Amino acid sequence: MKQLILGLAATLMMTMAPIESKAEPTATGDLGLVIERASGSVLLVDQSERAALARIEGLGDLSHASLVYSPDQRFAYVFGRDGGLTKVDIVTRQIVNRVVQAGNAIGGAISDDGQLVAVSNYEPGGVRVFDADTLEMVADIPTGSKTIGLVDAPGRRFVFTMWDTGETWIADFTDNTPQITKIRDMGKNPYDALITANGRTYITGLFGEDGLTALDLWSHTPEPIRVLPDYGRGQQEMPVYKMPHLEGWALTGREFVLPAVGHPQVLWIDADTLSETGRTQTHGQPVFAMARPDGRQVWVNFAHPLNDTIQVIDSVSKEIIHEFKPGPAVLHMEFTPRGHEVWISVRDAGKVMIYDTQTFEKLREIEADSPSGIFFTARAHRTGL
Amino acid sequence: MARLAQQERTPLSVRTTEGSGWAARAVLTTTVLVATSALAADVIDPNALKRLVHQDCGSCHGLSLKGGLGPDLRSDTLQHYNPEILTGVILDGIPDTAMPPWRPLISEEEAEWIARYLLQPEAQ
Repeated sequence: MKQLILGLAATLMMTMAPIESKAEPTATGDLGLVIERASGSVLLVDQSERAALARIEGLGDLSHASLVYSPDQRFAYVFGRDGGLTKVDIVTRQIVNRVVQAGNAIGGAISDDGQLVAVSNYEPGGVRVFDADTLEMVADIPTGSKTIGLVDAPGRRFVFTMWDTGETWIADFTDNTPQITKIRDMGKNPYDALITANGRTYITGLFGEDGLTALDLWSHTPEPIRVLPDYGRGQQEMPVYKMPHLEGWALTGREFVLPAVGHPQVLWIDADTLSETGRTQTHGQPVFAMARPDGRQVWVNFAHPLNDTIQVIDSVSKEIIHEFKPGPAVLHMEFTPRGHEVWISVRDAGKVMIYDTQTFEKLREIEADSPSGIFFTARAHRTGL
Repeated sequence: MARLAQQERTPLSVRTTEGSGWAARAVLTTTVLVATSALAADVIDPNALKRLVHQDCGSCHGLSLKGGLGPDLRSDTLQHYNPEILTGVILDGIPDTAMPPWRPLISEEEAEWIARYLLQPEAQ
Protein backbone atom coordinates (compact mmCIF):
# COMPACT_ATOMS: atom_id res chain seq x y z
CA MET A 1 0.00 0.00 0.00
CA LYS A 2 2.74 2.33 1.02
CA GLN A 3 4.60 1.45 -2.12
CA LEU A 4 1.54 2.14 -4.18
CA ILE A 5 1.13 5.57 -2.64
CA LEU A 6 4.77 6.39 -3.29
CA GLY A 7 4.37 5.16 -6.83
CA LEU A 8 1.31 7.32 -7.30
CA ALA A 9 3.07 10.31 -5.84
CA ALA A 10 5.99 9.79 -8.20
CA THR A 11 3.64 9.54 -11.16
CA LEU A 12 1.82 12.68 -10.07
CA MET A 13 5.08 14.55 -9.70
CA MET A 14 6.21 13.43 -13.11
CA THR A 15 3.03 14.61 -14.70
CA MET A 16 2.87 17.77 -12.64
CA ALA A 17 6.37 18.96 -13.40
CA PRO A 18 5.93 19.88 -17.06
CA ILE A 19 2.55 21.47 -16.37
CA GLU A 20 4.03 23.57 -13.63
CA SER A 21 6.91 24.71 -15.81
CA LYS A 22 4.46 25.64 -18.54
CA ALA A 23 2.39 27.58 -16.06
CA GLU A 24 5.33 29.66 -14.89
CA PRO A 25 7.91 30.04 -17.62
CA THR A 26 10.85 32.29 -16.94
CA ALA A 27 10.97 35.08 -19.50
CA THR A 28 14.48 36.50 -19.65
CA GLY A 29 13.95 39.41 -22.05
CA ASP A 30 13.86 42.05 -19.34
CA LEU A 31 16.45 40.53 -17.03
CA GLY A 32 20.04 41.50 -16.51
CA LEU A 33 23.14 40.79 -14.47
CA VAL A 34 25.16 43.17 -12.33
CA ILE A 35 28.81 42.34 -11.64
CA GLU A 36 29.64 42.46 -7.94
CA ARG A 37 33.33 43.01 -8.35
CA ALA A 38 34.62 42.49 -4.83
CA SER A 39 32.72 39.34 -3.97
CA GLY A 40 32.97 37.40 -7.23
CA SER A 41 29.22 37.23 -7.66
CA VAL A 42 26.60 38.46 -10.09
CA LEU A 43 23.22 39.85 -9.16
CA LEU A 44 20.27 38.82 -11.33
CA VAL A 45 17.99 41.83 -11.79
CA ASP A 46 14.60 42.42 -13.32
CA GLN A 47 14.18 45.63 -15.30
CA SER A 48 10.39 45.76 -15.19
CA GLU A 49 10.21 45.03 -11.46
CA ARG A 50 13.23 47.22 -10.77
CA ALA A 51 14.38 44.53 -8.36
CA ALA A 52 17.13 42.04 -7.62
CA LEU A 53 15.99 38.44 -8.01
CA ALA A 54 18.99 36.37 -6.98
CA ARG A 55 22.70 36.40 -6.31
CA ILE A 56 24.88 33.83 -8.08
CA GLU A 57 28.26 33.29 -6.42
CA GLY A 58 31.58 31.64 -7.16
CA LEU A 59 32.77 33.47 -10.28
CA GLY A 60 36.30 34.29 -9.08
CA ASP A 61 38.03 37.68 -9.45
CA LEU A 62 35.57 40.01 -11.16
CA SER A 63 37.56 43.20 -10.68
CA HIS A 64 37.41 44.03 -14.38
CA ALA A 65 34.62 41.80 -15.56
CA SER A 66 32.17 41.85 -18.43
CA LEU A 67 29.78 39.41 -20.00
CA VAL A 68 27.88 38.50 -23.14
CA TYR A 69 24.61 36.62 -23.63
CA SER A 70 23.62 33.61 -25.68
CA PRO A 71 21.15 34.38 -28.51
CA ASP A 72 18.28 32.81 -26.51
CA GLN A 73 19.05 35.17 -23.59
CA ARG A 74 19.31 32.25 -21.22
CA PHE A 75 23.06 31.97 -20.67
CA ALA A 76 25.59 34.60 -19.72
CA TYR A 77 29.29 34.12 -20.35
CA VAL A 78 31.16 36.07 -17.70
CA PHE A 79 34.77 37.10 -18.31
CA GLY A 80 36.74 37.60 -15.09
CA ARG A 81 40.05 39.31 -14.57
CA ASP A 82 41.58 36.05 -13.30
CA GLY A 83 41.02 34.39 -16.68
CA GLY A 84 37.84 32.69 -15.52
CA LEU A 85 35.15 32.09 -18.12
CA THR A 86 31.91 31.24 -16.34
CA LYS A 87 28.67 30.17 -17.99
CA VAL A 88 25.67 31.21 -15.92
CA ASP A 89 22.14 29.96 -16.51
CA ILE A 90 19.85 32.83 -15.57
CA VAL A 91 16.75 30.64 -15.74
CA THR A 92 17.95 28.15 -13.12
CA ARG A 93 20.08 30.87 -11.50
CA GLN A 94 23.24 28.82 -11.27
CA ILE A 95 26.68 28.35 -12.73
CA VAL A 96 26.56 25.58 -15.32
CA ASN A 97 30.21 25.57 -16.39
CA ARG A 98 33.41 27.36 -15.56
CA VAL A 99 36.96 27.21 -16.91
CA VAL A 100 40.02 29.23 -15.99
CA GLN A 101 41.42 29.75 -19.46
CA ALA A 102 44.30 32.17 -18.85
CA GLY A 103 46.12 34.01 -16.08
CA ASN A 104 44.86 37.51 -16.73
CA ALA A 105 41.95 38.36 -19.00
CA ILE A 106 40.30 41.58 -20.08
CA GLY A 107 37.11 40.88 -22.01
CA GLY A 108 35.19 38.72 -24.41
CA ALA A 109 32.70 38.40 -27.22
CA ILE A 110 30.25 35.93 -28.69
CA SER A 111 30.02 35.11 -32.41
CA ASP A 112 27.00 36.26 -34.41
CA ASP A 113 25.69 32.68 -34.55
CA GLY A 114 26.10 32.26 -30.80
CA GLN A 115 28.32 29.19 -31.17
CA LEU A 116 31.72 30.61 -30.24
CA VAL A 117 32.82 32.58 -27.21
CA ALA A 118 36.15 34.42 -27.45
CA VAL A 119 38.23 35.83 -24.60
CA SER A 120 41.06 38.37 -24.88
CA ASN A 121 43.95 37.95 -22.50
CA TYR A 122 46.77 40.02 -21.11
CA GLU A 123 48.63 36.94 -19.90
CA PRO A 124 49.35 34.95 -21.97
CA GLY A 125 48.67 37.66 -24.55
CA GLY A 126 46.16 36.61 -27.17
CA VAL A 127 42.65 35.36 -27.80
CA ARG A 128 41.19 31.99 -26.98
CA VAL A 129 37.96 30.78 -28.51
CA PHE A 130 35.58 28.32 -26.89
CA ASP A 131 32.58 26.24 -27.87
CA ALA A 132 29.61 28.10 -26.35
CA ASP A 133 27.91 24.83 -25.34
CA THR A 134 30.78 22.99 -23.69
CA LEU A 135 33.41 25.70 -23.08
CA GLU A 136 35.96 23.45 -24.76
CA MET A 137 38.70 25.45 -26.44
CA VAL A 138 38.40 25.42 -30.22
CA ALA A 139 41.18 27.89 -31.08
CA ASP A 140 44.16 29.49 -29.39
CA ILE A 141 45.46 32.64 -31.08
CA PRO A 142 48.61 33.95 -29.37
CA THR A 143 49.40 37.54 -30.30
CA GLY A 144 52.57 38.21 -28.33
CA SER A 145 50.90 41.24 -26.75
CA LYS A 146 48.34 42.28 -24.23
CA THR A 147 45.18 42.01 -26.29
CA ILE A 148 42.29 44.48 -26.01
CA GLY A 149 39.21 45.67 -27.87
CA LEU A 150 37.84 42.22 -28.72
CA VAL A 151 34.48 42.38 -30.50
CA ASP A 152 32.32 40.15 -32.65
CA ALA A 153 31.75 41.10 -36.27
CA PRO A 154 29.22 39.74 -38.76
CA GLY A 155 30.27 36.59 -40.62
CA ARG A 156 31.47 34.58 -37.60
CA ARG A 157 34.41 36.92 -37.12
CA PHE A 158 36.21 38.38 -34.13
CA VAL A 159 38.28 41.56 -34.24
CA PHE A 160 40.89 42.46 -31.61
CA THR A 161 43.86 44.74 -31.12
CA MET A 162 47.27 44.59 -29.49
CA TRP A 163 48.35 47.12 -26.86
CA ASP A 164 52.06 46.38 -27.31
CA THR A 165 52.36 45.97 -31.08
CA GLY A 166 49.60 48.24 -32.38
CA GLU A 167 48.12 45.65 -34.72
CA THR A 168 44.48 44.71 -35.26
CA TRP A 169 43.67 41.15 -36.28
CA ILE A 170 40.46 39.85 -37.82
CA ALA A 171 39.85 36.17 -37.12
CA ASP A 172 37.32 34.66 -39.51
CA PHE A 173 35.74 31.43 -38.23
CA THR A 174 33.62 30.70 -41.30
CA ASP A 175 35.53 27.43 -41.46
CA ASN A 176 36.58 25.87 -38.22
CA THR A 177 40.23 26.85 -38.71
CA PRO A 178 40.34 30.61 -38.29
CA GLN A 179 41.65 32.73 -41.14
CA ILE A 180 43.59 35.64 -39.66
CA THR A 181 43.93 39.01 -41.37
CA LYS A 182 46.52 41.27 -39.74
CA ILE A 183 46.37 45.03 -40.01
CA ARG A 184 49.55 46.77 -38.94
CA ASP A 185 50.17 50.41 -37.96
CA MET A 186 46.95 50.98 -36.08
CA GLY A 187 48.89 53.28 -33.76
CA LYS A 188 50.83 53.26 -30.51
CA ASN A 189 49.26 51.60 -27.47
CA PRO A 190 45.63 51.11 -28.46
CA TYR A 191 43.72 50.83 -25.16
CA ASP A 192 40.22 49.76 -26.20
CA ALA A 193 38.00 49.51 -29.25
CA LEU A 194 34.39 49.37 -30.34
CA ILE A 195 32.44 48.15 -33.32
CA THR A 196 29.38 50.01 -34.52
CA ALA A 197 26.03 48.27 -34.23
CA ASN A 198 25.89 47.62 -37.99
CA GLY A 199 29.22 45.80 -37.76
CA ARG A 200 30.92 48.05 -40.27
CA THR A 201 33.27 50.38 -38.40
CA TYR A 202 35.84 49.31 -35.82
CA ILE A 203 37.39 52.18 -33.89
CA THR A 204 40.33 51.85 -31.52
CA GLY A 205 41.41 54.58 -29.12
CA LEU A 206 45.14 55.29 -28.78
CA PHE A 207 46.95 55.99 -25.56
CA GLY A 208 50.49 56.32 -26.95
CA GLU A 209 49.77 58.87 -29.64
CA ASP A 210 47.15 61.38 -30.72
CA GLY A 211 43.78 60.34 -32.04
CA LEU A 212 41.98 57.14 -32.89
CA THR A 213 42.19 54.64 -35.73
CA ALA A 214 39.22 53.24 -37.62
CA LEU A 215 38.78 50.27 -39.94
CA ASP A 216 36.05 49.81 -42.53
CA LEU A 217 35.20 46.15 -42.13
CA TRP A 218 33.11 46.23 -45.30
CA SER A 219 36.35 46.68 -47.22
CA HIS A 220 38.07 43.55 -48.56
CA THR A 221 41.41 44.88 -47.36
CA PRO A 222 40.71 47.20 -44.42
CA GLU A 223 43.31 49.95 -44.03
CA PRO A 224 43.91 52.03 -40.90
CA ILE A 225 42.03 55.33 -41.12
CA ARG A 226 43.42 58.01 -38.82
CA VAL A 227 40.78 59.90 -36.88
CA LEU A 228 41.62 63.20 -35.17
CA PRO A 229 45.37 62.72 -35.74
CA ASP A 230 46.14 66.04 -34.10
CA TYR A 231 44.10 65.35 -31.06
CA GLY A 232 45.02 63.39 -27.99
CA ARG A 233 47.13 63.85 -24.99
CA GLY A 234 49.08 66.43 -27.00
CA GLN A 235 52.39 68.16 -26.34
CA GLN A 236 51.83 68.33 -22.63
CA GLU A 237 50.95 64.79 -21.73
CA MET A 238 47.90 64.63 -19.56
CA PRO A 239 47.94 62.06 -16.78
CA VAL A 240 45.21 59.47 -17.19
CA TYR A 241 43.90 58.00 -13.95
CA LYS A 242 41.60 55.53 -15.60
CA MET A 243 41.60 54.38 -19.19
CA PRO A 244 38.38 55.35 -20.93
CA HIS A 245 36.15 52.59 -22.23
CA LEU A 246 34.87 52.40 -25.76
CA GLU A 247 31.55 50.62 -26.07
CA GLY A 248 29.16 50.13 -28.94
CA TRP A 249 26.75 52.81 -27.65
CA ALA A 250 28.44 55.51 -29.65
CA LEU A 251 26.10 56.56 -32.42
CA THR A 252 23.96 59.66 -31.97
CA GLY A 253 22.13 60.32 -35.20
CA ARG A 254 24.87 60.98 -37.74
CA GLU A 255 27.75 61.26 -35.27
CA PHE A 256 29.83 59.10 -33.01
CA VAL A 257 30.50 60.34 -29.51
CA LEU A 258 33.72 59.18 -27.87
CA PRO A 259 35.51 59.91 -24.60
CA ALA A 260 38.78 61.85 -24.96
CA VAL A 261 41.96 60.49 -23.37
CA GLY A 262 43.35 62.68 -20.61
CA HIS A 263 41.28 65.72 -21.55
CA PRO A 264 38.01 66.56 -19.81
CA GLN A 265 36.09 66.36 -23.08
CA VAL A 266 33.97 64.15 -25.24
CA LEU A 267 34.58 64.19 -28.98
CA TRP A 268 32.02 64.21 -31.78
CA ILE A 269 32.90 62.60 -35.10
CA ASP A 270 30.89 62.46 -38.31
CA ALA A 271 29.98 58.82 -38.82
CA ASP A 272 30.43 58.96 -42.61
CA THR A 273 33.57 61.04 -43.01
CA LEU A 274 35.16 60.33 -39.59
CA SER A 275 36.04 64.01 -39.30
CA GLU A 276 35.59 65.98 -36.10
CA THR A 277 32.32 67.84 -35.69
CA GLY A 278 32.73 69.17 -32.16
CA ARG A 279 33.94 68.81 -28.60
CA THR A 280 32.05 69.15 -25.34
CA GLN A 281 33.93 70.19 -22.21
CA THR A 282 33.09 67.90 -19.33
CA HIS A 283 33.42 67.81 -15.57
CA GLY A 284 36.43 65.46 -15.63
CA GLN A 285 38.19 62.82 -17.69
CA PRO A 286 35.39 60.72 -19.15
CA VAL A 287 35.38 56.95 -18.68
CA PHE A 288 32.16 56.02 -20.49
CA ALA A 289 30.34 58.30 -22.91
CA MET A 290 27.23 56.31 -23.68
CA ALA A 291 24.51 57.28 -26.08
CA ARG A 292 20.98 56.48 -25.03
CA PRO A 293 19.67 53.86 -27.48
CA ASP A 294 17.77 56.52 -29.44
CA GLY A 295 20.93 58.63 -29.61
CA ARG A 296 19.30 61.78 -28.27
CA GLN A 297 21.30 61.95 -25.02
CA VAL A 298 24.82 61.00 -24.02
CA TRP A 299 25.54 60.09 -20.43
CA VAL A 300 29.10 60.49 -19.20
CA ASN A 301 30.87 59.30 -16.06
CA PHE A 302 34.36 60.23 -14.94
CA ALA A 303 37.70 58.99 -13.67
CA HIS A 304 38.87 59.18 -10.09
CA PRO A 305 38.65 61.52 -8.19
CA LEU A 306 35.62 63.01 -9.97
CA ASN A 307 33.84 59.67 -10.22
CA ASP A 308 30.84 60.67 -8.12
CA THR A 309 29.29 62.68 -10.95
CA ILE A 310 27.32 62.12 -14.14
CA GLN A 311 26.70 64.63 -16.88
CA VAL A 312 24.05 64.32 -19.56
CA ILE A 313 24.71 65.90 -22.95
CA ASP A 314 22.07 66.75 -25.54
CA SER A 315 23.34 65.27 -28.79
CA VAL A 316 21.76 67.97 -30.95
CA SER A 317 23.12 71.05 -29.17
CA LYS A 318 26.15 69.13 -27.75
CA GLU A 319 25.54 70.99 -24.50
CA ILE A 320 25.34 69.63 -21.00
CA ILE A 321 21.70 69.61 -19.97
CA HIS A 322 21.93 67.87 -16.62
CA GLU A 323 24.51 67.12 -13.96
CA PHE A 324 24.11 65.20 -10.73
CA LYS A 325 26.02 63.18 -8.17
CA PRO A 326 24.59 59.70 -7.73
CA GLY A 327 27.25 58.87 -5.13
CA PRO A 328 30.84 57.70 -4.66
CA ALA A 329 32.45 55.77 -7.53
CA VAL A 330 29.99 55.66 -10.40
CA LEU A 331 31.40 52.81 -12.49
CA HIS A 332 28.91 51.93 -15.19
CA MET A 333 25.59 52.77 -16.80
CA GLU A 334 23.16 50.62 -18.75
CA PHE A 335 20.08 51.86 -20.55
CA THR A 336 16.91 49.86 -20.84
CA PRO A 337 16.68 48.73 -24.48
CA ARG A 338 14.43 51.63 -25.50
CA GLY A 339 16.19 54.09 -23.26
CA HIS A 340 13.41 55.18 -20.90
CA GLU A 341 15.51 54.30 -17.85
CA VAL A 342 19.18 54.11 -17.02
CA TRP A 343 20.67 51.87 -14.35
CA ILE A 344 23.81 53.19 -12.71
CA SER A 345 26.23 51.26 -10.50
CA VAL A 346 27.55 53.31 -7.60
CA ARG A 347 30.29 51.11 -6.22
CA ASP A 348 31.08 52.72 -2.90
CA ALA A 349 27.44 53.32 -2.05
CA GLY A 350 26.81 49.61 -2.63
CA LYS A 351 23.84 50.42 -4.82
CA VAL A 352 22.48 50.29 -8.31
CA MET A 353 20.41 53.43 -8.88
CA ILE A 354 17.67 53.65 -11.46
CA TYR A 355 16.78 56.95 -13.13
CA ASP A 356 14.14 58.11 -15.56
CA THR A 357 16.02 59.51 -18.56
CA GLN A 358 13.33 62.09 -19.39
CA THR A 359 12.74 63.60 -15.97
CA PHE A 360 16.10 62.55 -14.38
CA GLU A 361 14.10 61.49 -11.35
CA LYS A 362 15.52 58.64 -9.29
CA LEU A 363 13.08 55.75 -9.39
CA ARG A 364 14.65 53.08 -7.21
CA GLU A 365 17.80 51.89 -5.51
CA ILE A 366 18.87 48.26 -5.42
CA GLU A 367 21.41 46.99 -2.90
CA ALA A 368 24.47 45.41 -4.52
CA ASP A 369 27.94 44.53 -3.26
CA SER A 370 30.50 46.84 -4.98
CA PRO A 371 28.55 46.85 -8.24
CA SER A 372 30.37 47.51 -11.50
CA GLY A 373 29.15 46.44 -14.96
CA ILE A 374 25.40 46.19 -15.61
CA PHE A 375 24.33 44.04 -18.56
CA PHE A 376 20.76 43.63 -19.76
CA THR A 377 19.89 40.57 -21.83
CA ALA A 378 18.84 42.77 -24.77
CA ARG A 379 22.56 42.91 -25.54
CA ALA A 380 22.18 39.37 -26.89
CA HIS A 381 20.76 40.80 -30.07
CA ARG A 382 23.29 43.53 -30.71
CA THR A 383 26.55 43.26 -32.60
CA GLY A 384 29.56 44.30 -30.56
CA LEU A 385 27.99 43.96 -27.12
CA MET B 1 50.67 70.95 6.81
CA ALA B 2 53.46 72.18 4.55
CA ARG B 3 55.78 72.48 7.55
CA LEU B 4 55.02 68.93 8.64
CA ALA B 5 55.67 67.66 5.15
CA GLN B 6 59.08 69.31 5.23
CA GLN B 7 59.95 67.59 8.51
CA GLU B 8 58.88 64.32 7.03
CA ARG B 9 61.16 64.68 4.05
CA THR B 10 64.37 65.14 6.03
CA PRO B 11 64.82 61.65 7.49
CA LEU B 12 63.87 60.18 4.14
CA SER B 13 66.66 61.88 2.25
CA VAL B 14 69.15 60.77 4.89
CA ARG B 15 67.91 57.28 4.43
CA THR B 16 68.40 57.34 0.71
CA THR B 17 72.07 58.18 0.99
CA GLU B 18 72.93 55.96 3.91
CA GLY B 19 70.59 53.18 3.16
CA SER B 20 73.20 50.45 2.68
CA GLY B 21 73.56 49.37 6.30
CA TRP B 22 70.77 47.11 7.45
CA ALA B 23 70.84 48.34 11.03
CA ALA B 24 70.88 52.00 10.01
CA ARG B 25 68.05 51.27 7.69
CA ALA B 26 65.98 49.61 10.37
CA VAL B 27 66.50 52.47 12.79
CA LEU B 28 65.64 55.05 10.19
CA THR B 29 62.62 53.09 9.06
CA THR B 30 61.40 53.13 12.62
CA THR B 31 61.99 56.87 12.75
CA VAL B 32 60.00 57.40 9.62
CA LEU B 33 57.23 55.13 10.80
CA VAL B 34 57.01 57.02 14.07
CA ALA B 35 56.97 60.28 12.19
CA THR B 36 54.27 58.95 9.90
CA SER B 37 52.10 57.71 12.70
CA ALA B 38 52.50 61.03 14.48
CA LEU B 39 51.01 62.62 11.40
CA ALA B 40 48.45 59.93 10.99
CA ALA B 41 45.72 61.49 13.04
CA ASP B 42 45.54 64.49 10.74
CA VAL B 43 46.76 63.23 7.42
CA ILE B 44 46.69 59.52 6.73
CA ASP B 45 43.47 57.59 6.44
CA PRO B 46 44.61 53.98 5.97
CA ASN B 47 41.20 52.71 4.96
CA ALA B 48 40.81 55.39 2.32
CA LEU B 49 44.30 54.67 1.00
CA LYS B 50 43.73 50.92 0.92
CA ARG B 51 40.56 51.57 -1.02
CA LEU B 52 42.49 53.83 -3.40
CA VAL B 53 45.13 51.13 -3.95
CA HIS B 54 42.73 48.30 -4.66
CA GLN B 55 39.97 50.19 -6.44
CA ASP B 56 41.79 52.93 -8.33
CA CYS B 57 45.34 51.64 -8.78
CA GLY B 58 43.45 48.37 -9.28
CA SER B 59 41.78 49.65 -12.43
CA CYS B 60 45.11 49.04 -14.19
CA HIS B 61 46.95 46.74 -11.76
CA GLY B 62 43.99 44.55 -10.78
CA LEU B 63 41.85 44.58 -7.66
CA SER B 64 44.15 41.99 -6.10
CA LEU B 65 47.21 43.75 -7.59
CA LYS B 66 48.06 40.78 -9.79
CA GLY B 67 48.48 43.06 -12.77
CA GLY B 68 46.44 44.04 -15.80
CA LEU B 69 47.36 46.71 -18.28
CA GLY B 70 49.86 47.73 -15.61
CA PRO B 71 52.33 45.32 -13.99
CA ASP B 72 51.95 42.99 -11.02
CA LEU B 73 52.25 44.96 -7.76
CA ARG B 74 52.22 42.11 -5.28
CA SER B 75 54.76 42.39 -2.50
CA ASP B 76 56.81 39.42 -3.72
CA THR B 77 57.24 41.10 -7.08
CA LEU B 78 58.15 44.46 -5.56
CA GLN B 79 60.56 43.20 -2.88
CA HIS B 80 63.69 44.43 -4.69
CA TYR B 81 62.43 48.03 -4.75
CA ASN B 82 62.93 50.26 -1.77
CA PRO B 83 60.04 52.40 -0.60
CA GLU B 84 61.61 55.66 -1.84
CA ILE B 85 61.73 54.41 -5.41
CA LEU B 86 58.12 53.29 -5.23
CA THR B 87 57.08 56.57 -3.64
CA GLY B 88 58.77 58.44 -6.49
CA VAL B 89 57.00 56.32 -9.12
CA ILE B 90 53.65 56.89 -7.43
CA LEU B 91 54.16 60.64 -7.19
CA ASP B 92 55.75 61.28 -10.58
CA GLY B 93 54.65 58.38 -12.76
CA ILE B 94 56.79 56.76 -15.45
CA PRO B 95 57.22 58.79 -18.64
CA ASP B 96 56.12 57.14 -21.89
CA THR B 97 54.02 54.61 -20.07
CA ALA B 98 50.43 54.60 -18.85
CA MET B 99 51.57 55.19 -15.23
CA PRO B 100 50.39 58.71 -14.37
CA PRO B 101 51.84 61.01 -11.73
CA TRP B 102 49.59 60.91 -8.66
CA ARG B 103 51.14 64.04 -7.17
CA PRO B 104 48.14 66.17 -8.18
CA LEU B 105 45.83 63.89 -6.21
CA ILE B 106 47.70 62.66 -3.14
CA SER B 107 50.28 63.99 -0.70
CA GLU B 108 53.86 62.76 -0.37
CA GLU B 109 52.95 61.19 2.97
CA GLU B 110 50.12 59.28 1.36
CA ALA B 111 52.40 58.08 -1.45
CA GLU B 112 54.94 56.88 1.13
CA TRP B 113 52.21 55.08 3.03
CA ILE B 114 51.10 53.36 -0.19
CA ALA B 115 54.68 52.37 -1.08
CA ARG B 116 55.16 50.72 2.32
CA TYR B 117 51.74 49.13 2.16
CA LEU B 118 52.55 47.57 -1.22
CA LEU B 119 55.69 45.99 0.24
CA GLN B 120 53.71 44.23 2.95
CA PRO B 121 52.21 40.82 2.20
CA GLU B 122 49.00 42.14 3.75
CA ALA B 123 48.40 44.25 0.65
CA GLN B 124 47.03 41.24 -1.21
